[in-house]
Amino acid sequence: MSKKILLEKINVPGIKTYEVYRREGGYASVEKAIKAMTPDEVVEEVKKSGLRGRGGAGFPAGMKWSFIDKKSGKPRHLVCNADESEPGTFKDRYLMEFLPHLLIEGMITSSFALGANLSYIYIRGEYMWVFKILERAIAEAKAAGWLGKNILGSGYDLELHVHCGAGAYICGEETALIESLEGKRGNPRIKPPFPAVSGLWANPTVVNNVETIASVPWIVNNSGDDYAKIGIGRSTGTKLISASGHVKNPGVYEIELGLTVDEFMNSDEYLGGMYSDRPLKALIPGGSSVPILPADLIYKTTNGEDRLMTYESLSDGGFATGSMLGSGGFIVYDDTACIVRNTWNFSRFYHHESCGQCTPCREGTGWLEKVLWRIENGQGREEDIELLWSIQSKIEGNTICPLGDAASWPVAAAIRHFREEFEYHIRFPEKIKNRNHFVAEPFSQVKHLVTKQTI
Amino acid sequence: MEKTHFTQEINMTPELMARIEELCSHYPADKRKSALLPVLHEAQDAHDNWLSIELQDKVAEILNIKPVEVYEVVTFYTMYNRRPIGKYMFEFCQTSSCCLRGTEDLMDYTCEKLGVKIGEPTADGLFEVRGVECLGACGYAPMMQLGDFYKENLTKDKIDQIIDDCRDNKIILHDK
Repeated sequence: MSKKILLEKINVPGIKTYEVYRREGGYASVEKAIKAMTPDEVVEEVKKSGLRGRGGAGFPAGMKWSFIDKKSGKPRHLVCNADESEPGTFKDRYLMEFLPHLLIEGMITSSFALGANLSYIYIRGEYMWVFKILERAIAEAKAAGWLGKNILGSGYDLELHVHCGAGAYICGEETALIESLEGKRGNPRIKPPFPAVSGLWANPTVVNNVETIASVPWIVNNSGDDYAKIGIGRSTGTKLISASGHVKNPGVYEIELGLTVDEFMNSDEYLGGMYSDRPLKALIPGGSSVPILPADLIYKTTNGEDRLMTYESLSDGGFATGSMLGSGGFIVYDDTACIVRNTWNFSRFYHHESCGQCTPCREGTGWLEKVLWRIENGQGREEDIELLWSIQSKIEGNTICPLGDAASWPVAAAIRHFREEFEYHIRFPEKIKNRNHFVAEPFSQVKHLVTKQTI
Repeated sequence: MEKTHFTQEINMTPELMARIEELCSHYPADKRKSALLPVLHEAQDAHDNWLSIELQDKVAEILNIKPVEVYEVVTFYTMYNRRPIGKYMFEFCQTSSCCLRGTEDLMDYTCEKLGVKIGEPTADGLFEVRGVECLGACGYAPMMQLGDFYKENLTKDKIDQIIDDCRDNKIILHDK
């Protein structure tokens, strides 16, 4: 049984309410930080914990905090990124919906550490009922004296508000999120300057994911050293994984980093194996933007070691055979899934969500979608696979924000690992007449029709 | 030629104005524009879930910004509707995990049952079906958004029930 840090109290009846949350020891980290620690000491504990940003990039949170400009004399802000929109990822909603006070406690403790007096939770507009839950929880916390002027008689003031977006994946990118919070279109900004120097209203700002901020109370209460003992290597602590697709038990799980992928996939404590007991075909471990893994690379790395649920093991040390832990959006595919159709589905998503600011992304994502659609629908041309490869390679690394990379990586990985499936679509259009073409006849049964030399 | 300009009756009630002012108070006094997205949500919810040009102009006036600053936001974000829509907008998530669990078949079923195509309101203006990108409910697929709420783990039976509940006026659209 994995240790629980974030979801430890999830089953306590009424834990959503301030009264129960407080009775269960909630807000202790605020008390400890404000009464017994300096802001720098709180930052130091987070650094020691090795906590890495849980939004997807995995940058060390304490280091990010230490970059905030304290010399400018400008107001500082903490902004919580609750714009969860990466396909496959739905963990932050779970945390906010069922443990709203945990996030608010984390926001207060973290804001104190950063010297921020005005902080925001930016939540995606579609999570409107969660927005209301957070609004009510903030009002409860304020009424109890954890927010407002002179918190716990310390002289520290903090106002915290929740702000809703309106349907734009790109606002999960921190500078686009800041633009959106300023009441503008969510167009990412060129960096530098980084938000730590010039963020919200040109003030020093830290943007952290929900899960990252919700981990701070435990670290402050128990110490960074204790947090670093959980997990393995540079993947310290626990991680929320949201699982979906063809598994028996989809949902949100808290795991200790270092668990094997095999145990997470197949034990009854977690996903319980494949839905309908069909063969496993592929896996995306970290949300739609990270590379897909074929069945033979899911449980073992290329070195033959057990693949672990860690930042390092899932990336295969940076080799093309690996993927990424990303946001922990774990999407599982059985043998009825069509990789070409799925890749087209992702390309449609990225085309739709491109803000249109950079030409490679604006034009390239649409081009990828168009080519993938014709392959999936039996009108593919022999040269289309190379064309896809060429387009994705010209988007990657050539845009202001990482959406370009997110759009190109799934295409590259799909071609790298499932090229024969693309060839099959192009060579046998009569066999892919409907969208469920692999349900009755999985690709493994027709694979012999194509060989790597055919195109 | 497709109609592109629609008009609506604007009714900025005292309750709505009070809520807007409350939202504006969440930002520094000289950063009133920051309240634009939440204010547009409130204005839209109070006006049959869409925003006419005139209503957008009114929001600009309230926030003391230029109308174009509102237009450029309304056209960027997908949750703002610029034309009248069905009262019950079934927004099916059509991204990967939902598709793996059969969302496309369910959308076809719903359209057939309502006698509409995607993006067309029913003749009585009661229903509309739309496909949207990831709603962040992948583990509870297939699903759709209806008003402020999610309807998850959908089946044909559940769709039938939701349609009946809408017709019987049993569905709450907004959490106010």
